Amino acid sequence: MARKITIEPVTRVEGHGKVTIHLDDAGKVTQTRFHIVEFRGFEKFIQGHPYWEVPVLVQRLCGICPVSHHLAAAKAMDVIAGVGPADLTPTAEKMRRLMHYGQIFQSHALHFFHLASPDLLFGADADPAIRNIIGVALKHRDLAVKGVLMRKFGQEIIKATAGKKIHGTGAIPGGINKNLSPEERDAFLKAPDPLNADTMVAWAQFAVDFFKDFHKKNTALVDGFAAFPSNHLSLIRKDGALDFYHGALRAVDADGKKVLDDADYQDYLEHIGEDVRSWSYMKFPYLRSLGKADGWYRVGPLARLNTCDFIPTPLAQKEFEIYKAYTAGKPNAMSLHTHWARLIELLHAGEVVRDLLNDKDLQGTDLVRKGRKAYEGVGLVEAPRGTLFHHYRINADDQIEMANLIVSTTHNNEPMNRAVNWVAMNVLEGRKEITEGMLNRVEIAIRAYDPCLSCATHALGRMPLSVELVDARGGLIDKKER
Amino acid sequence: MSKIKFSVDGRECFGKPGQTILEAARDNGVYIPSLCRYEGLKPTGSCRICTVRVGGRYMAACTQPLSEGITVENTAPDLEDMRRAMIEMLFVGGNHMCPTCEKSGNCELQALAYRYQMLVPRFPYQFPLRTIDPTGPKLLVDHNRCIKCHRCVAMVKTKDGKSVFGPLYRSKRKKIGADLTLAAGLTDDQAKKAMDHCPVGAILKKEIGFAVPIGRRTYDKAPIGSDVETPRT
Ligand code: SF4
Repeated sequence: MARKITIEPVTRVEGHGKVTIHLDDAGKVTQTRFHIVEFRGFEKFIQGHPYWEVPVLVQRLCGICPVSHHLAAAKAMDVIAGVGPADLTPTAEKMRRLMHYGQIFQSHALHFFHLASPDLLFGADADPAIRNIIGVALKHRDLAVKGVLMRKFGQEIIKATAGKKIHGTGAIPGGINKNLSPEERDAFLKAPDPLNADTMVAWAQFAVDFFKDFHKKNTALVDGFAAFPSNHLSLIRKDGALDFYHGALRAVDADGKKVLDDADYQDYLEHIGEDVRSWSYMKFPYLRSLGKADGWYRVGPLARLNTCDFIPTPLAQKEFEIYKAYTAGKPNAMSLHTHWARLIELLHAGEVVRDLLNDKDLQGTDLVRKGRKAYEGVGLVEAPRGTLFHHYRINADDQIEMANLIVSTTHNNEPMNRAVNWVAMNVLEGRKEITEGMLNRVEIAIRAYDPCLSCATHALGRMPLSVELVDARGGLIDKKER
Repeated sequence: MSKIKFSVDGRECFGKPGQTILEAARDNGVYIPSLCRYEGLKPTGSCRICTVRVGGRYMAACTQPLSEGITVENTAPDLEDMRRAMIEMLFVGGNHMCPTCEKSGNCELQALAYRYQMLVPRFPYQFPLRTIDPTGPKLLVDHNRCIKCHRCVAMVKTKDGKSVFGPLYRSKRKKIGADLTLAAGLTDDQAKKAMDHCPVGAILKKEIGFAVPIGRRTYDKAPIGSDVETPRT
């Protein structure tokens, strides 16, 4: 009898996701679909609002990385205010960078320590009652404390630059509304251990080493789990360096060949298309030059370390070289290596934050520029989870007329579907019973991409999980809930 | 000049002839909240936030003249709750999204909601369908946030004294309209003042957006009314 397995909702993923695995009469997987129930309506909702409200408004999309939306929107509004990326004052650009790298730091720390480490420390088959951050806190106190404090450090950086830890107002069209006072700066540089910039860098290095050690002991799992080739896309600094805040678009294929390079993101529509499928609300973006079938790509830490040529800070660069050597310089296609890449980025973000804090430009007073108004603008940043596109058009009265947002979860839609399919093919196939560990492997696959499904707040603890086996006629043959 | 003796919540106060209860109370360091009232304008008593109880009767402190020997109740729990209810009604009757409003921190309605510790409104949200209207080259009027206090009608005038804003329709349909020709003639300074006079974020001067960080605005620094209040001795 053909069966359909439904896993809903996926735990420790922001928002709600539902996985259906269709089995035929022989128990063979016929189809896997990862449905993202995401309809936030922001693109419609902001129509009519004045453009300068948008950076503050759209960040409400997300409670984990509001800064990314805030900055992508602000960059688009810079274009509308007639201020190009090169025209921002040094204080404005560096304050924004500090805000952004602070958020990458806290978001990556949150993701690794709170969301991913329980799976690594306890294994996929562990009892869900301990396989969570509370379990980590009980058994590996040091690790949990580091996670909490690294997140706190990043949050404080955001507060000092954006005005608030969550949903601040720092970036405004054409610049920033505050600088960093010497007192604020010293609170990060000279604070007693551990909440100062140097310790944070050391702890980030510890996290990278922790993962490398785990990798050594679990090579087959980390290398084999949901590994599949893809294209990769990200922003890249002009000289090929990793850059989360600004750059041009670059995409490489599975062999590392550049299929898109030095592309101005104001023209993103020329390079990226969005496909629609009947069973999902979420679109499927693709590189136009490769077509709908082959043009899908990954974004996020894995993709970024596949597209960039180097990392412009010494400790992260050293780790990057070790990481690249592992795949002999070729693009890395192993889903669980995303965690490794994420931790190298965490280290890089820590180094950049420390260096920026020592930069006197942050105490500058020239904050905002104004230029000749334009009626359309695109803003991109590399959000923690991947490339984030914001595109707006305004009318003659400064009101938003059109908005198009492509978030990293959308870019990663196809890769996440493939990852879940990989699990279904390799782990679920042929089993007669659905175990906790099997279900969790589906979640681990999704979690590697760290999707931000719709900004829910259920990062901690266990969410209800219901599994249904449905036959071809829709009849329920088995149901499991926890 | 003769003094008028009165009391507010048992505190002995003195006022001058011709003053309203609100003005006299203020001179004695007692804060009675108001929304539609604006210094220098004839009070209209339309918002009723200033309602006090005098001899068991409810009256608008902003319009009621002071008289000798009256006993004013201002902070009785039931009065405060009534004010909170009025603030809640203003919130549910419009579409107020403080987190993304440029006026946040400078908004008198928001400040009063904090002062009176409004949590979840007891009334159902109305979610009225309202528009954001361009009003001349310098202003936008967001009707979602308008509380129809009429301050703009009285205050935003052209050089020759013509009102730029005026009420349209009645009751639930009522909205503040603008003469677009007159609005087109407003100077930058007049437009900025129009925004400042509005107690909420309904009148927006174009291109002023979050230049002052949240946390550094008027009511971020001190709660509304604290400039008036003197502690009881
Ligand atoms: S626009 Fe502002 S000042 Fe005018 S009536 Fe509405 S709330 Fe009052």
